[in-house]
Amino acid sequence: MTPASDKTPRTLFGKIWDAHEILRHPSGQSLLYTDRDLIHEGSFHAFADLKRRNLRPRRPQQIFGIADHYVPTLGRSADDAASPAIARMIRTFDENMEWGGLRHFGIASREQGIVHVVAPEQGITLPGLTIVCSDSHTSTQGALGAIAFGIGQSENAHVLATQTLWQMRPRTMRVTVDGRLGQGITAKDVMLALIARIGAAGAGGHAIEYAGQVVRDMSIEARLTMCNLSIEAAARLGMVAPDETTFRYVAGRHYAPTDQEWDLAMAQWRALPTDDGATFDREVELDGGAIAPMVTWGTSPEDAVPITGRIPDPASFASADKRKAAAKSLEYMDLAPGTELDGLLIDRVFIGSCTNSRIEDLRAAAAILKDRKAAIPAIVVPGSTQVREQAEAEGLARIFREAGFEWRQSGCSMCAAMNGDVVGPGERCASTSNRNFVGRQGPGARTHLVSPAMAAAAAITGRLTDVRRL
Amino acid sequence: MKAFTRETSTVAYVPGVNCDTDQIIPGRFLKADRAEGYDKFLFHDIRRDAAGNLDPRFPLNRPDAQGARILLVEDNFGCGSSREGAVYALADAGIRALLAPSFGDIFFNNALKNGIVPVRLPAAVCEAVADHLAADPQATVTVDLEAAQVILPGDLGAHPITIDAFARDCLLQGLDEIEMTFTYMDRIAAFEAERMARNPWLGR
Ligand code: SF4
Repeated sequence: MTPASDKTPRTLFGKIWDAHEILRHPSGQSLLYTDRDLIHEGSFHAFADLKRRNLRPRRPQQIFGIADHYVPTLGRSADDAASPAIARMIRTFDENMEWGGLRHFGIASREQGIVHVVAPEQGITLPGLTIVCSDSHTSTQGALGAIAFGIGQSENAHVLATQTLWQMRPRTMRVTVDGRLGQGITAKDVMLALIARIGAAGAGGHAIEYAGQVVRDMSIEARLTMCNLSIEAAARLGMVAPDETTFRYVAGRHYAPTDQEWDLAMAQWRALPTDDGATFDREVELDGGAIAPMVTWGTSPEDAVPITGRIPDPASFASADKRKAAAKSLEYMDLAPGTELDGLLIDRVFIGSCTNSRIEDLRAAAAILKDRKAAIPAIVVPGSTQVREQAEAEGLARIFREAGFEWRQSGCSMCAAMNGDVVGPGERCASTSNRNFVGRQGPGARTHLVSPAMAAAAAITGRLTDVRRL
Repeated sequence: MKAFTRETSTVAYVPGVNCDTDQIIPGRFLKADRAEGYDKFLFHDIRRDAAGNLDPRFPLNRPDAQGARILLVEDNFGCGSSREGAVYALADAGIRALLAPSFGDIFFNNALKNGIVPVRLPAAVCEAVADHLAADPQATVTVDLEAAQVILPGDLGAHPITIDAFARDCLLQGLDEIEMTFTYMDRIAAFEAERMARNPWLGR
């Protein structure tokens, strides 16, 4: 917690935090400089707060607005929204962006998409930055070697007004995944295995750095999936040290530096990775080779087991709280202890969300679906308009359509069901999203979290299916 | 922000580990204007039965829970979505303090900004409070922010409130954080100028 001298080995997290600390209050809170603030439709409370105070956004050029939570996926105008109230959310957002003079990727823009997909894609997310957004999955963006975390609307108003934020410095945790992932095993499976192991509260108050051979071998897209799910273990944020993979990904993106500025940036970025000998408050190790395709059975992301497993007996949990929670989950999910996950009947499939809607995710699903047909209703919602266009150019859209999937416009869609794309009451959905909470995908909806390939497999058989068999 | 010094109240116990903010307020209500009042959305779906009627078994629907301004909840309360609407719903329902072994980090900060004190207590202490309430539902708890302690019923004694001094000062004085930060604007501007000089592409 003490300011480090140049000699003290520091973590990736520590270096970025220190470089953004404007001052430290005697109480221990840091006043942090925020390089970027990302805004979505839910930010209307923060705008109302600013207007009440007669304030305007202080650094409009560092604030980016992206419409995602409420946008319809069957059309590209507010008129296509599922209800007048939802249409109003989209229009209010446009008005607020204009009022604030902010960079704005509205519903019909070619840069539109889910904020955590768009920001890396556009080079808004860069190594070494502090990035906030009034959305918990902002942790996603740490995959490029940034401090990125979710905030509330009061904090958002504070950032808009001052470009700073008061924060307590989190503790640090390193999660090392060594070995090699087996065939068909993805970043999603690694994270569900981690959350099952440490629990949904397991990383509370911590900033996670992901390290180890498995992470080094991963693409940026897979790292984004890893960092995205950090919040489901209650971590403040997740991050991966920038390396050649990162630099290759960032180069040439719209808001990334170029020419001499690129060289200047690279010199800073190369100094970011955790120094040898730096210590973490906690260390967790996972054997990548031992991870199987994972699926959730309950109503918390920690309720995850390998597809080869069975639904646990609530009585098998150590604490009374967990026994009660498991019994309640199973009642909601309408499942019996001891049931095999493989073969469980599913009603519909959702491929999308900031967890798994990037081009690689769509490629992985399409590889399974090629020349096959879905047995149940299924939709694909690309993470951004650019991902959608790329998937069309690569012929993936055709594979999805021929398999009977609906090929939608990009947005959050059925991940949070705010735009009216819902899973019906009592329906069982294999979903590539991040939360299997009670009612998350619609009142009474039952969610099983899986990877894109597993979701595709479930669509074909109409059951949860070990994708390694297909 | 509404100042908080001391609050004595009966306590309602809402059990359930990992109670996420989707349970505290379902996503479909987040479109509402704050002026409308968010209290009617609090625990909306989980306090109702399948037909949409208030379920008399849900803790907050019980007669003895009426008027409670303190909630006892379980581990990782407020995890999940960052929606501040969860805190608006609690605040508009008159809740001023929460007792739990742990809270979601974003939820914790949101609560503090809205004049609600989230008190972290050891799990065993929370269990003891729950047991006490089962025997005596009208027992009261005092959250004394000035003295930085919570006074539990019966022989459960006093426990320290471990929130940092900064947040505590803001709450005690009902301080407006944005106003306070503006007093540091010279230092912010100087820091910013230096950061932009080294990373000019950030501010264009
Ligand atoms: S896709 Fe889902 S989790 Fe991601 S930002 Fe949208 S609603 Fe949130």
